[in-house]
Amino acid sequence: MKCGDANMNERGTEERGSLQKTRSGLSLATVRKTLGRSGDRLFVYLVGLVALSTLMLVWLLVAFMISDSIESIEEFGFGYLTGRTWEEQKGVYGALPFIFGTLLTSAIAVAIGVPVSIGIAIYLSELAPAWIREPLSFVIELLAAIPSVIYGLWAMGALRPLLVNSVEPWLVKWFGWTPFFEGTPQGLDKLAAGLILAIMIIPTVASVSKEALRAVPDSQREAALSLGATRYETTRMAVLTYARSGIFGACILGLGRAFGETMAVTMTIGNSNAISWSLIDPGQTMASLIANRWGEAEGLQRASLIEIGVILFVIALLVNVFARLMLGRVLKSVHTTGGGL
Amino acid sequence: MENKIVTEGLNAYFGDVHAVKGVDLAIPANSITAIIGPSGCGKSTLIRCMNRMHEVVKDARVEGRVVIDGEDIYAPGSDAVEIRRKVGMVFQKPNPFPTMSIYDNVVAGLRLNGERDWKRLDAAVERSLKLAALWEEVKGQLDASGVSISGGQQQRLCIARALAVEPEVLLLDEPCSALDPIATAKIEDLLFDLKNNFTIVIVTHNMQQAARISDFTAFMYLGELVEFGITKDLFENPKEELTEKYITGRFG
Amino acid sequence: MRSHKLRKRVDMAASLLAVGCVLVALIPLVSILVEVIRNGAPMLSWEFITDRTTSGVGNAILGSLQIVMYAAFIGLPVGILTGIYISEFGNNRMGSTIRFFNDVMANFPSIVVGLLVYAMLIVYLGMTYSIIVASVALSIIMIPIVANTTEESLKMVPNSLREGALALGVPRWRTVLKVVLSNGRSGVITGALLAVARVAGETAPLILTTMFSYFWTVSPNEPSAALPTLIFNYAMGYSSLTVDEAMRHAWGAALVLIMLVLSLNVSVRLLSMRRFKKNHKGARRWRTRLSLKA
Repeated sequence: MKCGDANMNERGTEERGSLQKTRSGLSLATVRKTLGRSGDRLFVYLVGLVALSTLMLVWLLVAFMISDSIESIEEFGFGYLTGRTWEEQKGVYGALPFIFGTLLTSAIAVAIGVPVSIGIAIYLSELAPAWIREPLSFVIELLAAIPSVIYGLWAMGALRPLLVNSVEPWLVKWFGWTPFFEGTPQGLDKLAAGLILAIMIIPTVASVSKEALRAVPDSQREAALSLGATRYETTRMAVLTYARSGIFGACILGLGRAFGETMAVTMTIGNSNAISWSLIDPGQTMASLIANRWGEAEGLQRASLIEIGVILFVIALLVNVFARLMLGRVLKSVHTTGGGL
Repeated sequence: MENKIVTEGLNAYFGDVHAVKGVDLAIPANSITAIIGPSGCGKSTLIRCMNRMHEVVKDARVEGRVVIDGEDIYAPGSDAVEIRRKVGMVFQKPNPFPTMSIYDNVVAGLRLNGERDWKRLDAAVERSLKLAALWEEVKGQLDASGVSISGGQQQRLCIARALAVEPEVLLLDEPCSALDPIATAKIEDLLFDLKNNFTIVIVTHNMQQAARISDFTAFMYLGELVEFGITKDLFENPKEELTEKYITGRFG
Repeated sequence: MRSHKLRKRVDMAASLLAVGCVLVALIPLVSILVEVIRNGAPMLSWEFITDRTTSGVGNAILGSLQIVMYAAFIGLPVGILTGIYISEFGNNRMGSTIRFFNDVMANFPSIVVGLLVYAMLIVYLGMTYSIIVASVALSIIMIPIVANTTEESLKMVPNSLREGALALGVPRWRTVLKVVLSNGRSGVITGALLAVARVAGETAPLILTTMFSYFWTVSPNEPSAALPTLIFNYAMGYSSLTVDEAMRHAWGAALVLIMLVLSLNVSVRLLSMRRFKKNHKGARRWRTRLSLKA
């Protein structure tokens, strides 16, 4: 054999066809081996490049987004974060009401959605009879499959009458003296948005928490049971504490979803740019502002909207990275794609 | 000697698997009873039936009676939680609660009963850790995590945790299988000291261990109880051919 | 001392509470389905799904189909390749970085993705609001989902298959494409279809990238209606219809959308429940084929 391996490598893949035809003096095995090796490298590079490119693309897009909002950044600087007015006539824009609205509605969502989700996770992981677990998880995860615009429509059509006619008058009657329930019930307000968000984060938080609970070794449950603990005591002292960082990560993921959710909130929050602590007053979140104003916004206002998007991006990045790190330590293989599939 | 635990026609299943087949066994009080046999012979399942831990496994069920102090623990009115307080258990792998300190691990069972009195809790910790021969080693680091100590210490911590609720029976499911010889020797000494006050049932795959520490030995094979008797007799003069084969290592 | 009875009661109460949580989550689910069917069903007719504007939502259905189709064209290959990389070659720092950011991106607010694509394609490349721009946005949402499910299903392919093929002298790339991918394909397809179902209901990125249209759109370079944007616009009163009529159209469109999305989602997930068994059979088949070759 005259043709060495090194030589073959240099020829590369383009000669593949001719090499296979000319069998003279070359063993077929050598040809295959060499082609295989360079083919392998090419393949890995190609696939790696594609994988990396989406990542790079997103960061590239972020750069574009920042440069699109530069007009607003230069105009308002850090004051943008504390500005309370959003007026087209004056050309003054500030993000505080929307940051406030996002935080408040997300807080409602977490306050209601997280306990319910953890209850569901406990039921699915610790209490439910075996035959019901899978079908029930399936049904709960259906909540994640419903498009958010349909949540919004449902809230306008079905939740709103309920809020206006019974829930909110009751809240005003008993808690009207607190700053949180002042005003006239309208049904399109921060409470409605918070409730919708609470429902929407349930599938994510419940299924990731369930995975965290499932990851607790049975030996921990046995330890508690053998001490004479009841089911509830076992769950509390052996299971929940063991899984606490996973559950915390699940909650943070839910919070991230609540921060960024757009359509259902836009359709329920009533869209008012005022800052008010009252949950039955309308409000605005960062995401809903973008969806609401996009069609009519031009120039500086559009740049300001994009800047809101940049802020949302940064928050979403921080929240999700944090949640990942919390989850990563406990659950190596949990993906939270599409809200908990 | 009176019998502490009596099983009558005990059958245990995992789904379709018949793990324990019609076992009749009478375990004397204040003694160490060893259960030996090859892996998968149902010895762990048998002792898990004695504090109703078998039923927490998916698809598991039990038939027959297990009588402790004259009461059938599988009778309709009986309560698994109460039984497990009376019959403590130590598992194959040390399983202290990792989020709790050594102190909290020991008193975990007492706290379930609402014990809040610090003096009594402190006393219980010291007493249990001393019983488990761990006190001298950890008395300076009671606030350290339950998993910060060595494997042998963790297992003794689990024993202390089980003893803290003052059970009458202690079930040990191969407690030394994950431990080195030195730690094993410590636990064997400890069991020997404990038998005056507790009824101890230990599952082991290690025949030397059974011969060293137990007063009575039961040999199980394929879910059935082959032979039960005084340890010395069983090892020196087995009645059954199968037992002899097993203890002489000529097993099939 | 806490009495035994009290502990039992607390245990009972806690169990009931957990069951209650499940019911609390099921109520909105059932209510949404009931309301959408109750309000949407009277609207359903041949005319409704084939006409536009005052009498139907046909142009929005067509728009949605086009946007999702183009998004799948871009998103699926990239997502699957990314998944292959993470699963087969990702045992290094680059692999785990990509995996990490993939997971992070999978939970990104979709409106931010819409803004990113707007900033690039519309502002910098001067494209117009159009189907294709929306497709790019949706494809970016799809990629991490598809990559994750691809990775998961390729990891379920037993290592013995890879080793078997490599031992026979099959090059790595052929092993991945022919052995690993073909064994994991049912999982990959499941993930792909789930991703399609997921983006079909996305609304926020569409608002920023296609606007809306009352007309039939066949060119990918023009603004278009889509079912989610139609529901939003009509429900919020941004339409030329009367309020009442717009609301009824929105419910009808919601029924069409939810039927598309849920039927895809549910059927794919039901089928994939049997995936594991199938995979095992497939694995055995491959092993026999390989041993025959040897």
